[in-house]
Amino acid sequence: MEPVEKEVLTAVQNPMLPLIFQVRSRKQETNDTFTLEIEPLDSKSEFKFLPGQFNMVYVFGVGEVPISISGDPSKKNRIMHTTRMVGIVTKAMGKLKKGDLLGIRGPFGSSWPVDKCSGCDIVIVAGGIGLAPLRPAIYYILSNRERYNRVILLYGARTPDDILYKNEIEKWRSRFDFEVYVTVDRGISGWKGNVGVVTTLIPRAPFEPENTVALVCGPEIMMRFTALELIKRGVKENNIFLSMERNMKCGIGLCGHCQFGPVFICKDGPVFSYNQVKDLIFKREI
Amino acid sequence: MAVETLERLLAEHPFFKDLKKDYLSFIVGCARNAFYKPGEFIFREGEEAQEFYLIRDGKVALEISFPGKKPVIIQTLESGEVLGWSWITPPYYWHFDARVVEPTRAIAFDGKCLRNKCEEDHSLGYEILKRFITVVEQRLQATRIQLLDLYGAS
Repeated sequence: MEPVEKEVLTAVQNPMLPLIFQVRSRKQETNDTFTLEIEPLDSKSEFKFLPGQFNMVYVFGVGEVPISISGDPSKKNRIMHTTRMVGIVTKAMGKLKKGDLLGIRGPFGSSWPVDKCSGCDIVIVAGGIGLAPLRPAIYYILSNRERYNRVILLYGARTPDDILYKNEIEKWRSRFDFEVYVTVDRGISGWKGNVGVVTTLIPRAPFEPENTVALVCGPEIMMRFTALELIKRGVKENNIFLSMERNMKCGIGLCGHCQFGPVFICKDGPVFSYNQVKDLIFKREI
Repeated sequence: MAVETLERLLAEHPFFKDLKKDYLSFIVGCARNAFYKPGEFIFREGEEAQEFYLIRDGKVALEISFPGKKPVIIQTLESGEVLGWSWITPPYYWHFDARVVEPTRAIAFDGKCLRNKCEEDHSLGYEILKRFITVVEQRLQATRIQLLDLYGAS
């Protein structure tokens, strides 16, 4: 199979000017993670995005952070962001309620190559909150299920309580055309699922490595080990895609905060093929 | 219906993939078929490690218990994987409990019998150890990643 290329959809409006969005709903996913569903305040606005892209989310009076879009790309103007409360801005985001306003710049960055891998086995490997940027790809793939061979999700979380989108995962599991494997790093009494890191699921997963495209998102160390395990299994390097994260600020490759060797994560990524970044991700100086 | 011989089952298990037929015939006498029900303990921490297990189907949890606390699952093992290596190294005692989570079919190997055969034929011993060191390496890497607590609080 030819190497898969990336798609890019850029913001149509002035990329430095936030649009005003309103919170439609807030859902607590885990102890420290929540999902906001937002929509443009101006009903004439049309916000489209591709799976894997991110927005710069501005909490007024607090600050701006890059957050991946975690909703369904077919639902225009219904944008979802799943976020962990770890910093000042995300903690402030976590306090927003239905009807509150925030500023959105985006969508920015490259996307998962879901449109270019028809006929392939798709292996989606997510770690922790890394499932959020992959969920739009899952929605897209399941909406166009007939275009793909096997579709497999390998998801690793810290504990059973940290599993994101639990109800949705159960629904995915019940499908006959989507194989879902979940593992946790720390098992507790009563947990009947797998215990072990997500990389241990790769040798067991039923896919044909020669014809597989892998979409990987999670902490960078997890992605490095995952890529190596996929390669060991026989997946081609140019068919492995990672979503990188750095300190994105402007979103359009101007400020240089997210420079990653010769590329900018915000503009050239966040989705890269393993081939593009393999010489960089193992260097501690970068 | 064809009767599945133990030797054929051994040859089909990923752990013995591409092992010479002569070796399989030589070691099959150390093996037996085994079935375990959910909740059953295949072995307990501190017991003598007399066997190891090639899991054919099912799921087994490796657990460790603490006084006054619920046991913690360290790892789960499934179809195609190997359970136990304490039979290789003295003093041959299990370090964890192995509790069956789902009905499990396995091939149980008599560790002492296999050790004797490996002493008899060092080439076989080298083959077996190469395979076990791969398993140990995978488990060590997985444990290291687990220790990093990758998804924990920043």
